Amino acid sequence: MENAWLIALIPAIGFALIISFGKKMPFKGAEVGLASMAASLVVATGAGIQWIQRTDSASSHGGEEAVGGLFTGVRGALRAAEGAEAAPYIEPVVTQWVWWQNSGLEFGLGSHIDGLSVLLLWLVAFISLLVQIFSLDYVRGDRRYTHFFAALTLFSSGMLVMVMSSNMVQLILGWEIMGLCSFMLIGHWWEDAYNSHSALKAFFTVRVGDVGLLIGTAILYFGANDFAVNTLDSNGFDIRAIGAWALSGEGSSWTLLMASICLFIACIGKSGQFPLHTWLPDAMAGPTPVSSLLHSSTMVVAGVFLVARIYPVFWEGFNIANGGLSFIAVIGGITIVIAAVLAFVQDDIKKVLAYSTVSQLGYMMLGLGTGAWLPAVFHVFTHAFFKCCLFLCAGSISHSGSHHSFDMKKDMGGLRKKMPITFYAWCASTLALTGVIPFAGFWSKDEIIDNVGANGYSVLFWVGLGGAALTAMYMTRATYLTFFGEPRGAAAGIHHDDGGHDEYAIDFREEIVHAEDIDRELVMAGPAPQSLGAAAHVPGDTLEHDAEGDPAHGGHDGHGDGHDDHGDHGPHESGKLITIPIVILAFLALTAGFANPTPLAGDSLGANLGEGVELIKTYVEPRYEPVKIDQAAGHAGESVQLIESGTLLAAEDSSDEPGDSKAKCGRGTPEPGTVCYFPNVKHAVPELGKILLSLAVVAIGYMLAIGFCLSYYGKKNPKLVGLTERSKIARGGYLFLKNKYYLDILYQRVFVFFVSRPLAKATYWFNQNVIDGAVDGVGASGKATGNWIYKYIDQGLVDGAVNASGKAASETGHGLQPVQSGKVNQYGALLFGAATVGAIVLVILNVS
Amino acid sequence: MLAVNFLLLAAVLFCIGVFGVIARRNAVLVLMSIELILAAVNLNFVAFAMMNENIDGLVFALFVMAIAAAEVGVGLAMVLMIYRNRKSIALDELSEMKG
Repeated sequence: MENAWLIALIPAIGFALIISFGKKMPFKGAEVGLASMAASLVVATGAGIQWIQRTDSASSHGGEEAVGGLFTGVRGALRAAEGAEAAPYIEPVVTQWVWWQNSGLEFGLGSHIDGLSVLLLWLVAFISLLVQIFSLDYVRGDRRYTHFFAALTLFSSGMLVMVMSSNMVQLILGWEIMGLCSFMLIGHWWEDAYNSHSALKAFFTVRVGDVGLLIGTAILYFGANDFAVNTLDSNGFDIRAIGAWALSGEGSSWTLLMASICLFIACIGKSGQFPLHTWLPDAMAGPTPVSSLLHSSTMVVAGVFLVARIYPVFWEGFNIANGGLSFIAVIGGITIVIAAVLAFVQDDIKKVLAYSTVSQLGYMMLGLGTGAWLPAVFHVFTHAFFKCCLFLCAGSISHSGSHHSFDMKKDMGGLRKKMPITFYAWCASTLALTGVIPFAGFWSKDEIIDNVGANGYSVLFWVGLGGAALTAMYMTRATYLTFFGEPRGAAAGIHHDDGGHDEYAIDFREEIVHAEDIDRELVMAGPAPQSLGAAAHVPGDTLEHDAEGDPAHGGHDGHGDGHDDHGDHGPHESGKLITIPIVILAFLALTAGFANPTPLAGDSLGANLGEGVELIKTYVEPRYEPVKIDQAAGHAGESVQLIESGTLLAAEDSSDEPGDSKAKCGRGTPEPGTVCYFPNVKHAVPELGKILLSLAVVAIGYMLAIGFCLSYYGKKNPKLVGLTERSKIARGGYLFLKNKYYLDILYQRVFVFFVSRPLAKATYWFNQNVIDGAVDGVGASGKATGNWIYKYIDQGLVDGAVNASGKAASETGHGLQPVQSGKVNQYGALLFGAATVGAIVLVILNVS
Repeated sequence: MLAVNFLLLAAVLFCIGVFGVIARRNAVLVLMSIELILAAVNLNFVAFAMMNENIDGLVFALFVMAIAAAEVGVGLAMVLMIYRNRKSIALDELSEMKG
């Protein structure tokens, strides 16, 4: 664990190697990428195992060495639970290298290993490795193959840097590296205007949020620095110190609230919450491996990670302990619903998945905002698996099934027979996503909803349930359009010559969708696939293009060499390099939920396996006990040893109830001489009734959706077909959704336009006339003053004085000149005159 | 005999001598006027010696006579040199100054 910084360093070196030497390597750099991710994964696994051992030996109070890893851990955790002792706080392992220091403030770069970072490090490394394997086949023949792998590797390195960071500066570093790689990768085929526009949109939207990150970090620094320096021998950037300060009661609630809001604004941008979610669907312009890695499993959870990491700040700032309605929970709840609703009107399969990601991120934020820390983090874990699997399936479909098209209505349909592996993996992941027992999503998402209800937020509880129903419905729609029904377009083997160009015409940029643009050919034309494909093709040409005449491409170009391989055979299953990662992820989507099956730990489902089954809770969730300060101080560069935590204090006031509210952390000020690192979050005890309720809601959603799909798309029920033409309300609603609530238009036309035209012009005017005018004025007045001084003072006064003195001298000379006339007689006269005067003076003087 | 008569005579002689020094053109005549002044001063001294019955005045008059003789010798030598150079002893022609 001390060398965990290797996990991030190896991919960084890999990136450098790929950039420098990639094009000359036999596999064009892909082998370096794969090797570095595999090495990273090995180190991360090792760190994980060591962390588990550390937790176990701390739980058993310095007992026997844990040699069997997991099993001893389970036993140890059981023992601790039965003994009803409060579990001690496990110190994270921190190694740090100081790269800059200034008047006692040290900036460090290193690793901070605790349960949360170990979980995410392993997750990122694992998913990155699988996606890179997938890309070997998917991106083959691309014009920038080497740079693609370089950017993917750099992204992994950046995320790993962020996850293992011990202070805010390193976290921001990793955050920004990820933003850069996201920009590079979304705009991978930047020759197309839409792609580069999407990349810019993603970058700028996230940047708007990053202002909050910087301001929040500054607020936290100034708030926490005194506390950190005095009690913990660290500085105000250290994440543990910030957490301890937040829980110590020394921070004013106003400071904590401001910091929480600012940091959460950063999360809104990065994790695609309302209102900054608009960049995620457009980010689908990047290649599918990018979507599956960055924009579903790893980068977008960076915001969730931030909240989870600095949770004490949010806990105190938004007063989650007392059930205050927190900003985070509200935004999360809104996001769940609006994104789920938008997923219904998308034709592009990747956009459905993008909105689904936004919605699931809303669940995670909802969980964090209401005090359900563990379920939210667990949901990050499981969501990564099934969402990545779904995206890879979409990539597989487009690669081998629909001839590089992602449009469900035009080019897919009936693919379940042709691509069975992809179909089964998709179904497994969909079931996991919607939360059907015993798949992974059930254990995590339903825990979130359960905890939301148990912590007292009834409205949000129903919002969460409603979101689950919506999830089932839109996924069914997507599944039906893709895998069932009659094959259409490319799925039927019909290749459009240039037909694929139009697929983004409707969603291109921020053009407003009008009623006449909506493609109704899917349900209006006859059932024959040939004419359907042709009929779908023709109106495509008349759809609106961008004013500049750029065809709206979307992200499927670039398979220049790949085209020749396909020939004319229709949809088929993809090769091993694509299907093996999909199968692995689908398997994990089925089984990952058993890492923390909370209902199985109690009596609700009939099988009580004890609390030891909750592995994630045991190893990932930080303990909420106060820690004595002299043991807590760790110096930079040393790793902190295992300690005996403040069990004395805990034993005094802990009762036997789990999750009791008498424990001090998070619900009161810790004793002097101790610090708290994590608040005491409540864990809801699952009940059978609630589990059945959520399963029933999901089942209702499925039934409604299957019924609708069969009647609308399958049998083309005349009551439903053409509803948007007949009913104004239906059309209005449909257009409202198709235009993404007009938010994109608001942002582009109003905000951006306002800044780029009127505001810029006004500023330019101000600059030229006011600022430059002031400067010119100062210059001119200086010049005038100089002139005046020259004329009157220099020439007049000073020179006049000098001239006058000279003149006085010369006039004196002139005046005295006649004395020396040369006339002897005059000399004699002067002589006698002077003598006379002298005599008179003498006489006067002597007489008086 | 009243001393005042001697003093008055000395004053008159002095004034005539001063007039001669200032207003004469001829250098020799200026010298002669200077002699006249000296004589007047001598007379003054003797008169005062007689008045106060002190011998200091008489002694000083002897000195004055010696000085006068020496001075005339030098003065006439200078006038001779001037005459040799300028061929004239008119004092108003001696100046070479231009203004």
